[in-house]
Amino acid sequence: MTDQSVDTAVEELTKPRNQWLDVWDQFKTHKGAVVGLGFLIFITLFCAIGPFVWDVDPGKLDIRNKDVRPIYMAIFDGDAKTSWARPMGTDHLGRDIMANTMQGGRISLAVGWTAMILAVLIGTLVGVFAGYFKRLDGLLMRFTDLVLSLPILPLLLVMMLLFRDPLRAAFGPEQGIFILIVTGIGITSWMQTARIVRGDVMAIKEREFVLAARSIGTPARRMITRHLLPNVMSPIMVSATLGLATAIITESALSFLGLGFPSDFPTWGKILFDSVDRMTAFPERVIWPGLAISLTVLSVNYIGDGLRDALDPRIRGQ
Amino acid sequence: MKLKTALLGAAASLALAPMAYADGHEGERGRDGELKIIYWQAPSILNPYLSGGTKEIEAASLVIEPLGRYDETGALIPYLAEEIPTVGNGGVSEDLTQITWKLKEGLVWSDGSPVTSADVKFTADYCMNPEGGCAQGAKFDGVTDVSVVDDLTVTVTFDKPTPNPYGPFMGGQSPIIQAAQFADCLGAKAPECTDANFMPIGTGPFVVTEFRTNDVWTGVANENYRDASKPAFASLTFKGGGDATASGRAVLETGEFDYAWNLQLAPDVIASMAEAGVGTPVSAFGTLVERLEMNLTNPSADLAEGVRSTVAEPHPFLSDIAVRTALSMAIDRELLVEVGYGQAGRPTCNLVPGPAIYASDNDACLTQDIAGANAMLDAAGWVDSDGDGVRDKDGVALRILYQTSTNAVRQDFQALIKEWWSEIGVETELRNIDASVFFGGDPGSPDTFQKFYADVEMYANNFDGTDPQAYLAAYRCGNEPKPDSQWQGENINRFCDPAYDAMIDELATTADLDRRGEIARAMNDMLTKDSMTIVPLVDRGRVSAHANTLGGVILNTWDSELWNVADWYRTGN
Repeated sequence: MTDQSVDTAVEELTKPRNQWLDVWDQFKTHKGAVVGLGFLIFITLFCAIGPFVWDVDPGKLDIRNKDVRPIYMAIFDGDAKTSWARPMGTDHLGRDIMANTMQGGRISLAVGWTAMILAVLIGTLVGVFAGYFKRLDGLLMRFTDLVLSLPILPLLLVMMLLFRDPLRAAFGPEQGIFILIVTGIGITSWMQTARIVRGDVMAIKEREFVLAARSIGTPARRMITRHLLPNVMSPIMVSATLGLATAIITESALSFLGLGFPSDFPTWGKILFDSVDRMTAFPERVIWPGLAISLTVLSVNYIGDGLRDALDPRIRGQ
Repeated sequence: MKLKTALLGAAASLALAPMAYADGHEGERGRDGELKIIYWQAPSILNPYLSGGTKEIEAASLVIEPLGRYDETGALIPYLAEEIPTVGNGGVSEDLTQITWKLKEGLVWSDGSPVTSADVKFTADYCMNPEGGCAQGAKFDGVTDVSVVDDLTVTVTFDKPTPNPYGPFMGGQSPIIQAAQFADCLGAKAPECTDANFMPIGTGPFVVTEFRTNDVWTGVANENYRDASKPAFASLTFKGGGDATASGRAVLETGEFDYAWNLQLAPDVIASMAEAGVGTPVSAFGTLVERLEMNLTNPSADLAEGVRSTVAEPHPFLSDIAVRTALSMAIDRELLVEVGYGQAGRPTCNLVPGPAIYASDNDACLTQDIAGANAMLDAAGWVDSDGDGVRDKDGVALRILYQTSTNAVRQDFQALIKEWWSEIGVETELRNIDASVFFGGDPGSPDTFQKFYADVEMYANNFDGTDPQAYLAAYRCGNEPKPDSQWQGENINRFCDPAYDAMIDELATTADLDRRGEIARAMNDMLTKDSMTIVPLVDRGRVSAHANTLGGVILNTWDSELWNVADWYRTGN
C-alpha cells in the first residue's frame, strides 16, 4: 500500500513528458520503421562520409584492372579476378564500383531529398489554400488535375530541351542538370500531397475548436499556422516519405533512359543502366545499385508508416 | 586454364585445318552431303527485285547470279560475264555512256535451257517496268536503253557519262532472272507469280526444292552448274528466324548449323560462345567508320541563332590544326576497339577504309602519343597560363563539349577519350542524346548531329556499294547544314577547301579505276591526316560464324556473304 502511494507521488512530481518523446516511444514500437531508419542513416553516412574514407576517384579509368569481381567472389571461385584494393570490383573500364556507388548515392539521395522537399512545400501550400479558402478551391484543384494529367517523362524531355542550355551556362553542366531534374520532379509530384492536405484541412475546418478560434477573431494566417497545419502534419509527413521514394525512382528511371545527368556523372540509376548489358557475366554490378535503390525506398516507406502511427495521438499509447 | 587450352585448341585447329585439307576439297559434285545455313532473319521471297532486304538478297544469291560480283577486297570479278568491261578492254565506251557485257559461252539454266543476252535484257525490263515497283530500281538509275547485240552480248546505255557503270547486273542486288519463267510477271503482275518468286530458275550452285516463306527453304545441287566439281554439297537447308544469339549458339556451341549470318553481339558474348570450339567467328570490314567530327564553326550558345554553328563564325580553337591534331594523337584506337567492338572492329585513320583501291595507306594515327600531343600544343602556344589544369591562349581555354548518341559503347568511348584529353590539358564535357533525336534531323531541335551545337561529336557513317564518289562529294563548300537549307546537308564539319572541290569534279569525270583510286585516296587524306577535320576511330565490320568443319568461307561485305558458296566444302573432321 505505502509503496503504491510513493510511486504515485514520484510520478506526480516528474515534469510532464515532451510530446516528441511520446512520438519517439511510439515510433520505436514499429520494428520496420526502426530498421528502416537505421538503414537510411547508414546509407546516408556511407554516401556522405564514405568518399572521404574511401579516397578513390570514381571517374578514374584503370583499363588494366577492368572487370575485377567483388572480393567475396574469391570464396566461390578461386580463379576469379579479385583484389583487396577493389573490394566491390571494377567495371568494364576499370572504374572502382565502391567509389561509384558512393558518388552515385550522393546524387541520387540529394535529388531525392531536394525534390521531395520542393514537392511537399508546393503540395502543402496548394492543399491548405484550396482547403481553407473556398474561392480558391475550384481554381487550385482544377490546376492540380491539369498537372496530374501531364505525363512526366515527355514533360522532362521538353524541359531538358528548353532549359538545358541556359541553366548550363548559368550553373555549369552538372549543377544545371541537377536543378533541372530536381525542379522537374518537384513540380510534377506535389499533387497527391495537395489533395490529401486539402481533404484534411476541409474536415478540420468544420471542427468546434476551429469555430472557437474563429469566434475570438483569429486571422486566417494564424488559423492556418496554429490550428490547421499541426493537425495535418501526419499526412504531410507520410506523403513526404513517399515523395522521397518516388523522386529517387524517377531520377533512376531518367538516368536509366539516358536522359539524366551526363554519362560521366554516376547516379544509382545510371550505374544500373550501364551494367545491364553485362548482367549475366557480372550480376553484382546490377545487384548493388539495384539493392541500394530498393532498400532506400523501402526503408523510407517503413519510416513513413512508423511516423504516421507515431504522430497520430489516437494510436499513440495503445 | 580451361579457357586458355580451349583457345589454343581453336587456334591450332584453325592453323592446321587448311594445311591438312587444302588438297582434299577437290572432287565430284555433291560429295559432302548437306549444308545447313542459319539466318536469324528469315527470307520471305527469293526474288531480290521484289524485296530490298539483305536476307532475301543473300538467300537468292545461292540460286540466281549476276554478271559480275565484288570479291572480298571490293574488286570486280566476272561471274556469268566473260570479263569485266572497262574502258581499257573496250567494254566501256570512251564517252562513258555505254557498257557492253559479254556472257560466258555454254551457260545453261538449271532447267537445261541456254542463258542468252535476251535474259539479261529481260531482267532490265523486269526491274525498269514503270508499272511495278522494283526494289533495286536504284541499280538501274540513269539507264536509257538495254539492247541485245547478239546471243551473248548486251549493251547498256546511260543518259549521261557514268564513270561507275557497274550498277545494273553487278552484285547480289541485281542477278539475272530467266526470261521464260518470268515472262508473264512483268509490272503489276510481278508479286502474283508466287512460283517464280519462291523458286526462281537460276544459274547458281543450288536449285530450290521447297520454299516455306519466312521460315525455311531447302535445295539440291544444280546439276547444270558450270563447274562440274561444284558445289561440294548435295543438298542445302536454309533456316531463317530466331535471334542473333540463338543462331550464334547453333553454329558456335551446338554445331547444329554450318554457317550463321551477321552476329550482332557484344565481343565478349561471341568470344564465350567460341570457347566451345565447334565453330569459328569470322569478320570482314566494309565502310562503316566510327569517327569524331570536329566543328570548324563556333557552336557557342552566346551567339545568335542563325550564326551559331554556321560558317559565319570560325571555331575559337578547333580552327587551329595543332589542336585538332593533338586531340587525335591522344587517342589510343587499339584500346577503343578492344573495349567496344573486339573482333567486329579495327582501328583506322581513314574515312574511306575500303575497298582496297580506295583505302589510303594512312596509319600514322594508330599509335597513341600523349607526349607528342602535349609538345604540339605547347609549340602552338596553348599553355596552361592560369594554372587551372586547362590549356589556354589569348583568353580562350580548351574546353570541349563532346556529344554523341545514347549507346553503351559510345559512352564508354566518351569516358576513355575524355580521360586521354584530360592528360593533354583539355577539359571535356560529355553529353549523350537519344539516338532518335540525334539522328532525327528535326530542324527545330538543337540536338541533331547536323546542327552540331557542340565542339566535337561522334557517330558512324558509311557509303552504299563500293564507290565512294558521292560520299566524298558531301564535303563540298556550301554543302554544310545551315539555316537556309533547313539544317540539312552532309558536310557536317563545315569543311571548305577549293582544292578539294576541284578533286570532287575530277573524280566525277574519271573512269579509269586506278586514277579514281588515286583521287579518292588523296581526298580521304585531305579530310583526315592533312586537316584532321574528321578523326576516324574504328572501322566497324561484320561478324559471321562458320562451323570448323566448313571450309572455303571468305566473308565479303561488298556483296552477298554467300557469294562463293559454290567453293565451300566439308573439311572432314
